[in-house]
Amino acid sequence: MPRISRPILLLLLAGTAFLALFPLWGETFYIRFVTRIMVYALFAMSLDLLVGYVGLVSLGHAAFFGVAIYTVAGLVNKAGITSAFAILPAALALSAACALVIGWISIRTSGVYFIMITLALAQMLYYFFNDQKYWGGTDGMNIDRRPDLMLGDMVLFNFNDRVQFYYLALACLVVAFLLLYRLLRSPFGHALVGIRANEGRMRALGYDVQRLKLIAFVIAGTVAGLAGFLEAARGTFASPAHLGWHESGHALVLVILGGIGTLFGPVIGTFVLLLMEDYFATLTDRWLLIMGVFVIAVVMFLPNGLAGLLKRLERRDG
Amino acid sequence: MAEPVLETAGLSRLFGGLAAVQDVALSVVPGEVHAVVGPNGAGKTTLINLLSGDLRPSSGTVRYQGEDITGWPAYRVARAGIGRSYQKTNIFREFTAFENCWLASKAKLGRLPLFRPARAFRETIERAERALVLCALEQRRDTRAGAMSYGEQRQLELAMMLATEPRLLLLDEPLAGMGPEESQRVIELLRKLAVDHTMVMIEHDMDAVFAIAQRITVMVNGTVLASGTPEAIRANRQVQQAYLGEDH
Repeated sequence: MPRISRPILLLLLAGTAFLALFPLWGETFYIRFVTRIMVYALFAMSLDLLVGYVGLVSLGHAAFFGVAIYTVAGLVNKAGITSAFAILPAALALSAACALVIGWISIRTSGVYFIMITLALAQMLYYFFNDQKYWGGTDGMNIDRRPDLMLGDMVLFNFNDRVQFYYLALACLVVAFLLLYRLLRSPFGHALVGIRANEGRMRALGYDVQRLKLIAFVIAGTVAGLAGFLEAARGTFASPAHLGWHESGHALVLVILGGIGTLFGPVIGTFVLLLMEDYFATLTDRWLLIMGVFVIAVVMFLPNGLAGLLKRLERRDG
Repeated sequence: MAEPVLETAGLSRLFGGLAAVQDVALSVVPGEVHAVVGPNGAGKTTLINLLSGDLRPSSGTVRYQGEDITGWPAYRVARAGIGRSYQKTNIFREFTAFENCWLASKAKLGRLPLFRPARAFRETIERAERALVLCALEQRRDTRAGAMSYGEQRQLELAMMLATEPRLLLLDEPLAGMGPEESQRVIELLRKLAVDHTMVMIEHDMDAVFAIAQRITVMVNGTVLASGTPEAIRANRQVQQAYLGEDH
C-alpha cells in the first residue's frame, strides 16, 4: 500500500516543476534527451507495477513496448494512416491484447518459471519481427512520418514540435503516475500487494488471485504500450531490439536501481542512469565499465534502490 | 434432523498411491460445532483442505448448502461463505494487525473496484475493526503482525477469517502450540463464535473438544472410525482402543 511522505512529495513536486520549466532555457539537444528519458521512465514505471507490487518479475516487458512501436510503423508506413486518433488507440489495444495473451499463459507459473516464460514469449515476438522482411527484418524500419492530430484543418497537436512533444511526454508520465498511484490505493491495489506478500492466504480469503494478476499484467502492458507509442513518435524508428530481452532487462535494471515498489523510484532510476550513461560516454569509451560498477554499488549498498536512499535520508532528518 | 449445511460423500484424496483421505462421509448440521479428531497422519488436515478447496478431491463430492462445490477453487469456496484458519500460522507478517484484517474484509467486495480509494469502503474497515475486537486484539491494532507474540498471531489468524464474515468455519487446530492461559482465551472465543456459526474444527486438545463440540468424528488412517455425540464417542470401544487409549 503506497504511502508518499511529505518530504518525498515535495521532492516529486519540485522535480515535476523543474521538468515543466526546463524547456524555457534548456538546449535543444537536452530537451530531446530529457524527452527520451521520460519515455523510458514511463516504460520502467509500468514494469514496477508488476515487479514491485504484484511480485511478478517479467523479463519480457519490452514486448508490449515494441508491439506499440510496430503498430505505429505498420499504420503509418503500410496503411498510410497518420491520425493519432487512430494510431494511439490501436497501439494501446494491441499492447493490451498481447499482454492479455502472454499474461494468460505466464501467470500460471511463478518464480523463475515466470521469468523464463515471459522471456520466451517475448523472444517469439522479437524473432517474428526480426525474421520478416516485410517488417524490415534485423535492420528495423524507419517510420515515414510522425503521427498528426488534426480536427478538420486545425492542428491540435504537432508531434514534430519538440517542445510540444516534450510536454506530451511529461504529461503522460505524470498522468500515468497519478493513475497508477490511485489504482494502488484502491481495494484492487491493496490486493496486489497482498498477493506479493502471501499468495496462498489471499486465495483462502476469497481473492481470485489469477484474475487479479492478469488484470495487473494487462494494465502494465498497456502503459508500456503508451510508452511505445511515444517512443515511435519520438524516434520514428522501429527495431526488433525494441522488443528484445535486452530492452526488457534494461528496464528491469532501471526499476531495481530506482527502487522497486515505489512507482517514482524507477523514474528517478531512469533519469540517473541515462544521464550518467550520457556523461560517461563523453569521457571515455569504457563508460559501460563505469556504469557496471555503479549498478553493482547501488545494488550492494542500497538494497531498496535510490528511492530507498531518499527514505533513509528522510528518516535521519525526522 | 436439520438439512446438513456441509455434506461429503465418498470423499477421497490420493497422494501417489497413498490414500490420505478415503471414502469420508461427513455431515455437518447448521449451528453445530463438529470436531474432527484422530492421531497424527489420520488425514484431518487433508480433509479440511478438501473442504476449503485448497486441494481437489481424487473422488467423491462436497455439498455446501445443497450446492455441489466439489473441485471449486479455494477463492470461490471462501466467497461462498466458508472461512478457514490454518494450523501453521498463515498471516501477512509485514502488515499490521489491522491491515491483515482489512485485507481479509475487502475480499468480500468480490469484483474489486480499480480506482475508488479503499478508504471509501467504510464497511470493510468496520468489519476489520469488529474482527479485531472480537479476538481481543484491538490493543495491538497497529502492531506489525510479525512482531506479535505467537498466541496473538494465532488470534490474528482467527480474526482474519472472521473479517470475511463466513457462515461456516473450518478451523485447523486453533489451539496449536498455545499455553494454557492463551488456550483458555481462544476456547472462550470459540464458544462465543459457536453461538452464530457452524464450525468444523480439528483439535488435539481433548478437553477443549469435549468442552465445545456437539459432534465428534474420529479419523484413523484416512477413514472415519466413528462419528457421534461426545458421550457416544467417549463410550465407543473402538475409539477407546484406537485413539483415546485403553485406560479411558
